[in-house]
Formats: sequence, C-alpha cells, structure tokens
Amino acid sequence: MSDTAPFRPFAAGTQPPLDHAAYGSTHLRHPKRALRPLAQTVSETTGPHFTPALFPEIGDLTKQAKGEPLGERIIVAGRVTDEDGRPIPNTMVEVWQANAAGRYAHPRDTHDAPADPNFPGEGRVFTDAQGHYRFVTIKPGAYPWRNHHNAWRPVHIHFSLFGTGFAQRLITQMYFSGDPLLALDPIYHGIADAGARDRLVSRFDLDITEPEWALGYRFDIVLRGRGATPFEEAH
Amino acid sequence: MPAATASQTIGPYWHLIEHKEWADLTRFGAEGERIEVTGRITDGAGDAVVDAAVEIWQASPPADERFPGYGRSATDSDGRFRFVTLKPEAVPGNGNQTQAPHLSVVLLARGLMTALRTRVYFQGEALNETDPLLSSIEDPAERATLIAKPIGAGAWNLDIRLQGAGETVFLEV
Repeated sequence: MSDTAPFRPFAAGTQPPLDHAAYGSTHLRHPKRALRPLAQTVSETTGPHFTPALFPEIGDLTKQAKGEPLGERIIVAGRVTDEDGRPIPNTMVEVWQANAAGRYAHPRDTHDAPADPNFPGEGRVFTDAQGHYRFVTIKPGAYPWRNHHNAWRPVHIHFSLFGTGFAQRLITQMYFSGDPLLALDPIYHGIADAGARDRLVSRFDLDITEPEWALGYRFDIVLRGRGATPFEEAH
Repeated sequence: MPAATASQTIGPYWHLIEHKEWADLTRFGAEGERIEVTGRITDGAGDAVVDAAVEIWQASPPADERFPGYGRSATDSDGRFRFVTLKPEAVPGNGNQTQAPHLSVVLLARGLMTALRTRVYFQGEALNETDPLLSSIEDPAERATLIAKPIGAGAWNLDIRLQGAGETVFLEV
C-alpha cells in the first residue's frame, strides 16, 4: 500500500456526531451546514513524524515529581494498528488524565477534590516496531461535570494519536470495564454503534499485570486504513 | 478486522499536554519565509471559544528535522490562536491538479466529539483561482471563510466561526 494512498471513510455509526443533544457543549459548537466532502490529497494522506529525540517520552506518569502520586498504580498497554491489522510503528501516543481523586492539574478544574502535587497527569510514549505501547500511571478518579443533574464522567484516560497521515488524527478516551457511569455518559453514548463503544473500554489483563506491583489494562487502538476496503476489492 | 477506534472530545483540560513552543514551527531552526498566522474562534452565540486546541499540518515546505510541518496552539481567553511557521508554497493535487498554498487545520475542543477540519489559504495567491477546493465552493462568502487576510508584514489572520452567520466551511476528510 502506497504511503500516500487515501484513507477509507469511517464505517457507519462508529464515530460520534458533532450535534448530540444530550451533550450540552455541542449545542453552540457544531456547524449547522453539512461538512463539505474533500478528496484527500497529500495534505491529508501525509502527516507529521515525531521522534523521541525531539519529543521526549514520559512513560511513567508516577515519576514526574519529587514524590509518588497517591492512588492505585496501573500499567496501560496495547497495540496501535490500522483497519487492515497492520501495526503502526514508532508513532507518538499522548495521554493525559485526572488524578486519583478525580481532579486535573489544571487551573480551570474547580472540582472539590484534593489536588496531587505529585501528579501532573501528562504522558507521551512511542509505539515499537510492532505497534506496541506501554505506560505506567495511577487509576484516575471519576468527577462531576455540569452537563445535567448529578452528571459524572466515567473514569477515563485521554489519548491522542497521529498515525501516518493527518486524516488519521485521533483524539479519544479509554474507559474501564465495569464502570457503572458508562451507562449514563452522553459522551460515551454519542457513539451509535455498540461494538465501537465497547472498544473504548480497556480490559484487565493478567499478562500486563506485574506481580507485587501493579494491575495491567489492555487498550488496543485502530486507525483508519488506506486504500479500497477488502470488501470492495472482493467484488 | 475492527473499524477505526471512535473519536471522543478532547475536553476542557487538554492543556495538560500543551507545550506552548509547539505553536512555533520554526523553533528547530527552520529557514524560509516566516509568517505569523492568527485567528479567533467563536461559537454559535458569538462567544469566544477559549479552550480549543488548534492544530496545523502543511505538506509544503516539506517537513524535515528542522521543520516539523505540524503545530498546536491553544486558544486564549479571547478565543485567539497564533502560529509562527513557514509560508507554504503550491502543493500537488490529485491527478495533474495543483493546490494553492494552504495549511490543513484540525480543531479540537470541549463539545466537539470528533475533530473539525478546515484549511487556511492566503489572500492574493494566483493559484487560489484554480485551487480544486476553493473553486468548488460557489458562494464567495463561504469561500472567503477559508482565506486568511494579511494584517501586517508576514502576518495573516483568519477567524473561525463554528456555527451560524459566517460559519466556516468545514471539511469531511
């Protein structure tokens, strides 16, 4: 596959809409006009290339201050592939999250929960040759938001990926299985397709877990594939 | 094979990964025609969008170890973003087409469950008349939402309106 081949359209229902009544912040921020389809060019099929030399890794979010942050230490690991199952090697993965009490190290976060001076909450890692990534952090806490009465975000870690072309740019959130808040969250439920929603939920993984040290969670990420779909090629 | 992972909003607290220097694409010693690109983002009520992440990628000039081709700027308390970069030149299009100089823009914010995509072109470029995207937009007012205006020496401005009157042309890529 050429590294400038256009990316395929998204599968129906697997991406959230811009206008979603249940999520109040969309009301004044979604365009009213339909998006204008753009035939991809090199401006979309190519993208930035980051290296750890210029964008140093932050692989252990618990070691970014003098002391250790409070909370449950966890390991998050997974694989970044495209829709054809091809690994995406050497690609930058940014993460950020709230502390164990559900508060971000952010001046605009006014949630009445303790700040943790030992947890800035930023991570940055690169995938290896097979697309694997891994970082160490603490399990974030749930926090309230004002979207509706008694609204709480499910526990989540934010992810940012670039892939190999700017049309693959992805911002998403990783959730935890069994979180009762998932059923109530309009952002999670903005995704119509149940399978696509479920793939945002990480799974406890004993192989990632390290004895006497930390639980492990697996979160695999799939970026858009290039070229015609295998289905179309079969016809 | 599973479909691509779903997008979710970047939220209001993405500044934990903000590094202000990323908005200067010349910081690694890139040489060329330096320009400043600014703009203000407003919502459907005309209010400033103060928590957005604006990202640019440009295929021209080609990225290398001194020019990342990519930048990220937070909007400030007035909704303004600001990049310093190199002026792009013409970019090859599909087939034998040529695209006018432009920046690709990804806009991320609370309330945007998927990224909004648009472009920044530059007023006065002869190639704007034949650019495949610009020339496909019949309404001159809509076309103008993609074209930055000069506001000083090497300084360009393009405001972005998410919704309503003067709404920016956003792209499905």
